[in-house]
Amino acid sequence: MSTHQPPMPQAGAAAPDWQAAPGGSYSGYTSPIPVVRTHLGHAVASEWTKIRSVRSTMWTLGVFVVLVVGIGLLVGAVVGNSGSDLSGDENPLALGFFGLLLGSISIITLGVLTTASEYGTGMIRTTMTACPSRGRVLAAKAIVFFLVAFVVTLAASSFVAMAQMSLLDGTGARNPTGAEWLKGTVGVSFYIALLGLLSLLIGSMIRHSAGAITLMIGAVLAPLVIALFMFSSSLDKVRESLFEYSIPNQMSVFYSNSLTHSGPSGWDPLWIIVGVTAAAFVGAVVLLEKRDV
Amino acid sequence: MIELVGLTKRYGEKVAVNDLTFTVRPGIVTGFLGPNGAGKSTTMRMILGLDHPTSGDVRIDGKHYDQVKDPLTYIGALLDAKATHGGRSAFNHLLCLAQSNGIPTSRVHEVLDTVGLTAVARKKAKGFSLGMGQRLGIAGALLGDPRILMFDEPVNGLDPEGIHWIRNLMKTLAAQGRTVFVSSHLMSEMALTADHLVVIGQGRLLADTTMADFIRQNSRAYVRIRTPQRERLLDVLHQAGITVVEAGGGALEVEGGKAEKIGELAAQHGIVLHELSPQQASLEEAFMQLTAESVEYHAHADTTPVQQAWGADWKGA
Repeated sequence: MSTHQPPMPQAGAAAPDWQAAPGGSYSGYTSPIPVVRTHLGHAVASEWTKIRSVRSTMWTLGVFVVLVVGIGLLVGAVVGNSGSDLSGDENPLALGFFGLLLGSISIITLGVLTTASEYGTGMIRTTMTACPSRGRVLAAKAIVFFLVAFVVTLAASSFVAMAQMSLLDGTGARNPTGAEWLKGTVGVSFYIALLGLLSLLIGSMIRHSAGAITLMIGAVLAPLVIALFMFSSSLDKVRESLFEYSIPNQMSVFYSNSLTHSGPSGWDPLWIIVGVTAAAFVGAVVLLEKRDV
Repeated sequence: MIELVGLTKRYGEKVAVNDLTFTVRPGIVTGFLGPNGAGKSTTMRMILGLDHPTSGDVRIDGKHYDQVKDPLTYIGALLDAKATHGGRSAFNHLLCLAQSNGIPTSRVHEVLDTVGLTAVARKKAKGFSLGMGQRLGIAGALLGDPRILMFDEPVNGLDPEGIHWIRNLMKTLAAQGRTVFVSSHLMSEMALTADHLVVIGQGRLLADTTMADFIRQNSRAYVRIRTPQRERLLDVLHQAGITVVEAGGGALEVEGGKAEKIGELAAQHGIVLHELSPQQASLEEAFMQLTAESVEYHAHADTTPVQQAWGADWKGA
């Protein structure tokens, strides 16, 4: 069995009898603490404590709220006081887009930090020792982060939308329909939260905060920037799709009711990011199981 | 009870742990000794299912670690004291661990009290000294009041009072019938705490024995004698067939544990003795002797310090 014979006598049997171990019969110590079979709920409670007990959560969410609300109110005030005539077919809720686009960078950062920072500090070993089911750890992180990101984004975007509507009073802007309200608040919040969740999964795969944040911000901005510089007409098709499927453009779809032009429209951006995030989740779980912590 | 069978871990070309087979038993403190980079931490990570073994198997009471349904109440481990988020308070760090295993919050206060960190419970771990970090790590290991405890270099960074405390803690835990598995690169530390000893070097098993056996087999015993009647004593011992060697400072040394016999002979012949003391070569010496086999590796490693510290460079990556 062994190629290296130890120079010292081996105490006891060389090959332990696994079958003789029905779990705990060896031990002479019984803890007074009740034994609890751990489940996902425990992991979620633990992750909730983690996310609320570090300052980076407060910072990223604070910056997010300041950006979304600040820019939203500013844009609403400027447009409302400019005396311009907004009477037309445009969805007035679209004014909330600018704040959310910038704010999404905060959500991306928080998403990445939720997973990748544990690799930076070594906390991940403690986490995985406390909960050896790696998939459960990732699922708990995903659930907690998604709910936090969604609730905060929904609150901020709804507040901004209502504030802007009152600021636009008298500019002739039409009242958004119920479907537009739904897309412009709940829909776009789902999208932002999923973008953050995707960042969380990328953070789990890359295990490096700065690297994952850079990658995600690049993914948000690069297609649009690259498309801007594609002058050649032979690249028109590529340029078109880079533009249409860039994340800022997909976000703007939540404020547009036209279904005519090519590219994603209606609720398409949400289904696209749901698909991408689901694929990333599978990839992250596979990598997590395969690699050493 | 932790059982390792043919446990092996390779990182590319480098063999970190090579065919380890041994058992860690309950009720005693088992010391896990080896020089830096011998594979102690890698072995502990494999026991906890953090690293996948290249081959071989490790089980805890017959189960793989990831099959344990109540991990923290089963095994408590201190792997790396700095494995905490610096921005989180000691209390919240322990709270999130407790919640992940359904351990009541009251237990967090208990362990904070046990390790003496109650006063700084709300302080961020970032500001902790090495010793305080170590205590926090130990608190995390004790959280579930587990039947098996693993400590990787627990005395690192602790002050003398802290070292004394952790020694007693480990002995108390073992006396309660728990399995205690503690690693160190200091033989002297192990000699004071461990009942059983597992020694590895270059990832291979060098010894698996009781502490007493290890001392007996690996250290030289001799008797040191001082006397003003040096010549007479030498004659008497020579007649009795006992070989005496001159030691420094006018002392004499006799191989083996013959102190009683020498004392009786001296009394019979009315020889005055100023010192008659059974001596044992230090355990550090015994440890060096044992790991001397891998001296060629050390010599080689000395020229390439990066290789010797291979555990350190990817640990933080």
